[in-house]
Amino acid sequence: MPRVFKFGDQVNTDDILPGKYAPFMVGEDRFHLYAFAHLRPGFAQEVRPGDLLVFGRNAGLGSSREYAPEALKRLGIRAIIAKSYARIFFRNLVNLGIVPFESEEVVDALEDGDEVELDLEGGVLVKGERAFRLRPPPPFLLEALKEGSLLDYYKKHGRFPGE
Amino acid sequence: MGQTLAEKILSHKAGRRVEAGELVVVEVDQVMVVDSIAGSFFKRLEYLGATPRYPERISIVIDHVAPAANLEVAKAQKEIREWGHKHGIRVFDVGRGVCHQVLVEEGLARPGWVVVGSDSHSTTYGAVAAFGTGMGATDIALAAASGRTWLRVPESVKVVFRGRLPKGVTAKDAALEMVRLLTAEGATYMAVEIHLLDGAEALTRGERMTLANLTVEAGAKAGLVVPSGEILEMYQVPEWLYPDPDARYQEVVEIDLSSLTPRVSVPFFVDNVHEVAQVKGKRVDQVFIGTCTNGRIEDMRAAAEVLRGRRVAPWVRLLVVPASSQVLEEAARDGTLLTLLEAGATLGTPGCGPCMGRHMGVLAPGEVCVSTSNRNFRGRMGAPDAEIYLASPRVAAASAVAGYLTTPEELEEAHA
Repeated sequence: MPRVFKFGDQVNTDDILPGKYAPFMVGEDRFHLYAFAHLRPGFAQEVRPGDLLVFGRNAGLGSSREYAPEALKRLGIRAIIAKSYARIFFRNLVNLGIVPFESEEVVDALEDGDEVELDLEGGVLVKGERAFRLRPPPPFLLEALKEGSLLDYYKKHGRFPGE
Repeated sequence: MGQTLAEKILSHKAGRRVEAGELVVVEVDQVMVVDSIAGSFFKRLEYLGATPRYPERISIVIDHVAPAANLEVAKAQKEIREWGHKHGIRVFDVGRGVCHQVLVEEGLARPGWVVVGSDSHSTTYGAVAAFGTGMGATDIALAAASGRTWLRVPESVKVVFRGRLPKGVTAKDAALEMVRLLTAEGATYMAVEIHLLDGAEALTRGERMTLANLTVEAGAKAGLVVPSGEILEMYQVPEWLYPDPDARYQEVVEIDLSSLTPRVSVPFFVDNVHEVAQVKGKRVDQVFIGTCTNGRIEDMRAAAEVLRGRRVAPWVRLLVVPASSQVLEEAARDGTLLTLLEAGATLGTPGCGPCMGRHMGVLAPGEVCVSTSNRNFRGRMGAPDAEIYLASPRVAAASAVAGYLTTPEELEEAHA
């Protein structure tokens, strides 16, 4: 069952992947092993594909470095729930095909280490007896996510969604 | 209902009237790529099977780790040069300087343009009323391949700066005060539209770059300074490139420049801004003067003015990295450089330098750095418990001399 890794408010891109562990510094095949190296050492070894990341407010503030969310994708993260997102991080998630859900209520209801079920397409999260409905991302983004990522969408259609 | 500056620019690009909240796909005037995403950028272009749509609208700047720090970086930079040459793309190589400074110097960001950059501080282009915004490798690759990008037309926060800066107070102090008032998430998804009034029009292009640079620390998508002052002399500003008087804003913030004092941003968040007086006395190990925020010639001169005839404290390393080769040449020509070196400064290659802790000036555990840069996040410049204090070049220089956080004015008093 997917487990919840919960972080606080204002988690920045230096927290998610410190600059010195960028792919061009440590190698394209290794950089994801340094995810949360300062904030939560051992994360990359502990996390399993399908696990759920949960953040508080203004998730992913800071740099435009797409290799921060890309490291999470490499580790098998398919969705994130946050109270709110920083703009560039939100874009990067969509572009990579990680679904960015936004919900104060669900973030507050989840604890680090919880085991949950998440239906990505249906936007339903189940924790024990409780089921939460997650609001889907805006239509433009959903259209891109349907093809996997914005990159995949553009590759297939030769245009941006809605054009 | 009138339009904000962001709505004006994106309407112009879209070829129709657009309003905040709409999604638009617009042509991009300039795509800026930095060395640190080159690998991801090339991988994505390859995946798309695409080549640059408009080679003349792409600039690649080798600045984030310049010169190369290790073999991985060297290989990535070699690929940039080869790719640039093959496709006829402008490559600004090692030593030319920090991307944002270089693009403005080269006239590759202009009033009314849309400039997308693979660096979050691409908001800096707003200093010349270009809609500059930071994006990740996928967006940048798509912009290079298609010549276009998708944007949600942002709402705007209006920040009005009035009056003149008192002696000893700088645009950096004003920018930090702005971030404090807006908070780190106060302008998320929005454009910060900066109005300079009642004397504030006198702020130079460089000072406007400092203001626009820091808007991203409030979460902004773009930081647009309404054209005035020397911008009108330096550029052809289109007639339509002004906000309407009845434009709608989410919030209006007023800052009286004449009331400001030197500011410092205290770890580990940029919006944790205090008067220097409140944290003075903090012992300092390293001082870094440079970056896209404050590495310009006026910043070098401001530091030199404080450092003239003085030496940095014996336990302090003073790193100076001019933002560009032009800045370095200018500083060499007018004697600024010699003043800095005589005071004990160590000079780095024009570029980003130690700002993100990759190859020079890395901080050891427990160390404290006063930096003129724009981020003081935990672990950014090295050890997770090292501390970064953000300040103006004047405060940074004074702190280097004293060996603890202070202002030039305090320094004078101590020696009087």
